[in-house]
Amino acid sequence: MFEDRYSLAFKLYPYEKSADQDAASPVRHPVVIMGGGPIGIATALDLGLQGIPVVVLDDHEGIGMGSRAICFAKRSLEIADRYGCGDPMLEKGVVWNVGKVFHKEGQVYEFNLLPEEGHKYPAFINLQQPYFEKFIVDRVREAQAAGAPIELRGKNRVDNITEFDDYVELAISTPDGDYKIKADWLIGADGAASPLRGMLGLDFQGRVFQDSFLIADIKMTADFPTERWFWFEPSHGSGASTLLHKQPDNTWRIDFQIGWDVDRKEEMKEENIRRRLDAMLGDVDYEMVWSSIYTFQCKRMDKFRHGRVLFAGDSAHQVSPFGARGANSGMQDVDNLGWKLGLVIKGDAPDSLLDSYSEERVYGAEENILNSTRATDFITPKSKASHIFRNAVLSLAGDYPFARPLVNSGRLSVPCTYDGLSLNGPDMLTGGPARTRVGSACPDAPLVDGFLLSQLGNGFQILTIDADALDSLIEDGVGAKQLKLSSADDPTGALAERYLGDATSAVYLIRPDQHVAARWDRFDETAVRAALRTACGKEA
Amino acid sequence: MTKNVTITPNIADPDGFYAKLINMHDGLIDEESAALNARLLLILANHIGDRAVLDEAMEMAAKS
Ligand SMILES: Cc1cc2nc3c(=O)[nH]c(=O)nc-3n(C[C@H](O)[C@H](O)[C@H](O)COP(=O)(O)OP(=O)(O)OC[C@H]3O[C@@H](n4cnc5c(N)ncnc54)[C@H](O)[C@@H]3O)c2cc1C
Repeated sequence: MFEDRYSLAFKLYPYEKSADQDAASPVRHPVVIMGGGPIGIATALDLGLQGIPVVVLDDHEGIGMGSRAICFAKRSLEIADRYGCGDPMLEKGVVWNVGKVFHKEGQVYEFNLLPEEGHKYPAFINLQQPYFEKFIVDRVREAQAAGAPIELRGKNRVDNITEFDDYVELAISTPDGDYKIKADWLIGADGAASPLRGMLGLDFQGRVFQDSFLIADIKMTADFPTERWFWFEPSHGSGASTLLHKQPDNTWRIDFQIGWDVDRKEEMKEENIRRRLDAMLGDVDYEMVWSSIYTFQCKRMDKFRHGRVLFAGDSAHQVSPFGARGANSGMQDVDNLGWKLGLVIKGDAPDSLLDSYSEERVYGAEENILNSTRATDFITPKSKASHIFRNAVLSLAGDYPFARPLVNSGRLSVPCTYDGLSLNGPDMLTGGPARTRVGSACPDAPLVDGFLLSQLGNGFQILTIDADALDSLIEDGVGAKQLKLSSADDPTGALAERYLGDATSAVYLIRPDQHVAARWDRFDETAVRAALRTACGKEA
Repeated sequence: MTKNVTITPNIADPDGFYAKLINMHDGLIDEESAALNARLLLILANHIGDRAVLDEAMEMAAKS
């Protein structure tokens, strides 16, 4: 029997029998991805665009109903842009800048995010997760048509795996029965409950918070402002705290904190959800689209690489939703893993390069868990003292601006900087800005005809600003191309501010995932070659 | 020895200050007193600002 565990928003990869199912012995593939959520599909796209054959196995035939993630950060959009699917996300998404914080009866203060100019993408957009996933799948279809060797297999459930020295064997069930395949590399993108982790007997440890949230997506025709409202202890009694967010299609996301010991069945009854919504919204008409109850936790695996198996996304780490770091950090996993696995499979880097995937993304997961734990402790205070301080902050924040930075209803997800990790080369740009130090993700900057990030990525790049360098070089099979810019290419001065600082010229070695590998004030071929080796996990 | 926090007397009118601190709590129930202390602490902490001073003060308070 093959039953769906959830209903679908978009049926995008209906089951089709594959030739592998009739093969006399298990067919071997370079990469198999278990799980077709946003992270699995994006990984397939990254590899497929590099020309690496990849098979995705998902136990459903498309994207799950229910919006889950709504807040997609700039970095995720930039990564999607590198894959060629950022534009439709931006077009569909909602951008907001005004947020309001309420406590008990009324508003405490309001803020404007005042986004920094000179980036192709905003700090984040609100977009229902199924759309985010659909745009990635659409791009996969386009890439397939252009020859990218990607296969999406719906209703293919991985039931078991067996590890061998240089491959993994997977036992898969389908509506037509069982079959086996082999994979040189297996990527576990099978979500927070990861059956794969279970099959390998691997731990997933951390903290479970003693609270739960009721979440409702509703459609309103009334004109409601495009703002984010966070309401602590609302006197209208809809929940212990309440969050309201706008999504596309006149849809609003409302989260109610309802406590730990709740009767889920009772709470999920439409009349009870409507009682909370009416208390919050007053007299407006709305239609209910989707609702669910979630509890939250911050957990991660010890290591994201286990031999020939690599974990990415929620299977590797789970955060509470405050600060929107789930899918957003998963996209950074994809960005990090794609080029490394590509180099290893092509034989241009040692397989130990994949250990740096674990090193860097564990570091990222720690930062995300720290941030989301802090937000969670503010929103759902863990003790009486923490509750007293939280409310003291809120009661001061109305009159005194100093208290506002202490209000934490989720810190925006920003990419982590891999400070001090193994792939980093030298940082020799005297006076160079801290935000573009070695290990950081390149910030975008405007150019006369477009944006900087559109010109970076996919391969290694030598970005020069008012400096000379070789047009390109190849070091032990890995190439790096020059991107020659001058500070005059950006009349706004943002490029100089973000990449030169107090320096007059700069040479950056930039990785395929747009992170800075090393930087200098001038081009030195020997130094660049050495940094390129280090960035590929080789002896310098 | 402390590195950052002043531990020699620094308040000109100790009795007057202390009396005012206590009198602020007159008529408050425990919960209100705790909230008042929290507000006062946050205001002072922001005024000090220096993390080295704040960290050391927190350690001193926790150890006493
Ligand atoms: C209420 C809520 C709000 C959130 N808000 C945000 C937000 O604003 N921003 C943000 O970035 N993140 C947010 N998140 C987190 C986000 O939804 C997840 O991080 C994201 O879905 C993780 O993607 P994934 O691909 O790793 O896993 P999933 O989306 O869980 O996908 C896993 C896939 O694997 C498949 N699978 C499982 N087992 C098998 C098997 N045995 N064989 C084959 N396939 C299998 C599943 O069917 C599924 O398709 C939120 C989450 C929740 C619950």
